[in-house]
Amino acid sequence: MRLLTREALLSFRRAPLLSALSITTIAFSLFTIGLFGLVAINLREALRGIEERVEIVAFVLRGTPTETITLATQDIAAFPEVQDVSFVSEEQALDRAAAELVEFRDAYRDLKANPLPASIEVRMKEGFRSSASVGAVAERLRGFGFVDDVRYGRDWVQRLDQLRNVTGLVGLVIGLAFAGVAVVIIGVTIRLTILQRAREIAIMRLVGATNWFIRGPFLLEGALKGLLGGFLSLALCYAGYLLFRDTTGGPFAGLIFFRPEHMLVLIVFGVLLGLAGSLVSVGRHLRNV
Amino acid sequence: MIRFSHVYKSYPNGALALKDISFRVGKGEFVFLTGHSGAGKSTIMKLLFAEQKPTAGEVRVSGYNVSTLRVDEVPKLRRRLGIVFQDFRLLEDRTAAENIAFALEVIGARRDTIAARVTRVLTQVGLSAKARAHPRELSGGEQQRIAIARALVNDPAILVADEPTGNLDERATRGVFQLLRDINSGGTVVVMATHDLDLVRQTSYRTIELRDGSVVYDSAVDEAEETEVS
Repeated sequence: MRLLTREALLSFRRAPLLSALSITTIAFSLFTIGLFGLVAINLREALRGIEERVEIVAFVLRGTPTETITLATQDIAAFPEVQDVSFVSEEQALDRAAAELVEFRDAYRDLKANPLPASIEVRMKEGFRSSASVGAVAERLRGFGFVDDVRYGRDWVQRLDQLRNVTGLVGLVIGLAFAGVAVVIIGVTIRLTILQRAREIAIMRLVGATNWFIRGPFLLEGALKGLLGGFLSLALCYAGYLLFRDTTGGPFAGLIFFRPEHMLVLIVFGVLLGLAGSLVSVGRHLRNV
Repeated sequence: MIRFSHVYKSYPNGALALKDISFRVGKGEFVFLTGHSGAGKSTIMKLLFAEQKPTAGEVRVSGYNVSTLRVDEVPKLRRRLGIVFQDFRLLEDRTAAENIAFALEVIGARRDTIAARVTRVLTQVGLSAKARAHPRELSGGEQQRIAIARALVNDPAILVADEPTGNLDERATRGVFQLLRDINSGGTVVVMATHDLDLVRQTSYRTIELRDGSVVYDSAVDEAEETEVS
């Protein structure tokens, strides 16, 4: 174990420039992934706020008995996609309209009959706010005989869906591309170390060192570089986050940073990239010797 | 200790390096492998330490079947061998003692035993005074002795030496050869590839001569036949 660590650390001393280069590349790759992650997290946070307002309104035919509506409300509340259901009576609708539309308050007061229909308002659970789920629930509401019309922001929900899908897809593609680049760069730098130490490796093999023993220091080296790169990228992300938040202010003042588990994921990802790069490199070399 | 049975070795380019090679080497033997460059000496050496596998036939070394050896078994075989090359293969950035210790460290030998074992082999090769010298501070003969010490430190059953005197002057050659003889007299099998016929003629050790990948002379077999005839 001591030999393993010594050999792994020795390569940092032998080729400090090369080691710094690989750590920086890993850091920049992870930084890009991290920045995208930050955007995604903040976007998701913002979307969640909007999504909570996603609701379906079913207008009820005039003269529907209260018991019917109460029973139906219970049925609807039992839908797996539904978070809560509320009934808004004709009077409540009028009161709400009067309160919200102040300029028409007098007009409402003069009305002989209440023109507003009663309605059932349905809010969807998180995870069921896609246009498909919302559409399905709306369709089921239409099935009730006393329901006159169902309204929901179909286009709006769909657009929200698309935005989230595109964001996720772009994030995935860019993230994977950068991860690939990072693996290649780590592989190349480890390969250079291997070539530098080819003689040593040849001797190790001749005297009967196992392949895992030979791989050990290189894997540790890759993992260490990944670890350092991960920390560096976190520092860069935090610097970028502070800079953006403080210089823009306003709507961006509420930006959030990674939670500890996100940071852990980024660092673990760095370590895995380092390991992957060195495994590929060492594996190829050991096959060739 | 070593058995080659009808061994063929061809390379991907189609060249046939060995043709139907069969011989046995028993306990305590010293065997010369001779022949011109390209006769197949090095190929036999590589088969001995499982750097290559035979194309056909069977190679058995110290209880291992090289033909069917799994990758993870190769190190086990090599730990029973000492391997010496013409170009010494020492690490320039390490001292003589460190070069020898390296061979023990990488096979996971107990740390508290390493220093004593290194001192023992350095004494055996007559270079205990040069323990702290780097390879560039040593003569060719001394470097080869360090390489031999490294090969010996793990108490191998068989010492495989590929042209160990090829880079040495006459005096150093005599010294290294005598060292190999001493090692053999301690019971270690020595297989030495060489094209130095003067060296071969100095002794009565068994000689296997190769030409174009075939055994053209094996003193053990031929002498036995001569005895039978007479």
